[in-house]
Amino acid sequence: MRDTKRIFLIGLLVTLTVAVIVAQFASSSPDGLEHVADQQGFAANATDHGLSRSPLADYGDNLTGNSGVNTAVAGGAGVLITLALGYGVFWLATRRSDGTPPESA
Amino acid sequence: MHIPDGFINGPTSAGFGIAAAGGLGAAIKQTGKYLNERQVPLAGLVAAFVFAAQMVNFPVTAGVSGHLLGGVLAAILVGPWAGFVVLSVVLIVQGFLFADGGLSALGLNVINMALIGAVGGYAIYRLILRLLPADRRGVTVAAGIAAGTSVPLAAMGFVLEYALGGTASVSVGTVFTAMLSTHILIGIGEGLITALVIGTVVNSRADLVYGAPQFAGERTEALR
Repeated sequence: MRDTKRIFLIGLLVTLTVAVIVAQFASSSPDGLEHVADQQGFAANATDHGLSRSPLADYGDNLTGNSGVNTAVAGGAGVLITLALGYGVFWLATRRSDGTPPESA
Repeated sequence: MHIPDGFINGPTSAGFGIAAAGGLGAAIKQTGKYLNERQVPLAGLVAAFVFAAQMVNFPVTAGVSGHLLGGVLAAILVGPWAGFVVLSVVLIVQGFLFADGGLSALGLNVINMALIGAVGGYAIYRLILRLLPADRRGVTVAAGIAAGTSVPLAAMGFVLEYALGGTASVSVGTVFTAMLSTHILIGIGEGLITALVIGTVVNSRADLVYGAPQFAGERTEALR
């Protein structure tokens, strides 16, 4: 059990490092689909995202004037939110309809 | 790879939305059959890692980037159905909080990245594994090749959706060629990153890897 906790903490540290630090060096070029849409002239068919004004939209682009800070905050928040949602969904998945967990493998 | 609103028409998007919702329900049910309670934190962590890795766009050619999809990576670590759930969770967070991927396109993106990317990619992994020795290197190589293949396949998902309900007047053949050539290159990055991560895990804690059951018993004593 302690061992699983250790693996989890190492994994979380690596994950946060990727989202907060490595993501600072991400390429800002269009990705594959965006590139194809630009090249073939249908990029303009994209309509505004309904939540484009939310604080974390476009990975925090509108949070502060400092893009490094924006990426770090968005990355850190995104990791913790995804972890929480993933944990919740998988926790529910392992519950049986009668409320008992399945036998462990 | 994340389809925005507007590229694919309403009826097609809605149809794929229904299929994706059904698929997610089935995937959660299937996951419950093999995932045990102790694995829940690590499965959640895999979702968080895929989210983080997807933030890191790498350059592929001048002016074009790609990022990890993570379908095969997740499927090998936690199984194909939990992999479907992982990618769906990531896409839901990205769509609802980060304005990445259109909300009307969520079903399209789930089909391409969770169904084709994770479940389809895992099937390819199993096929390739048959041709390779069942050791750590075999697992790592199979992971890389399957991951690399899964990216152009997921791109073909977009081409199918475009053929059914694309809003632009560009021919399907043109979109097919452009999507395939671009995503073969991105697939190379996907393959390398997936092999790196799976190789690291399988060399340190192979017992945690769903897709490498031959190592399952190795750490039982240490765990007790």
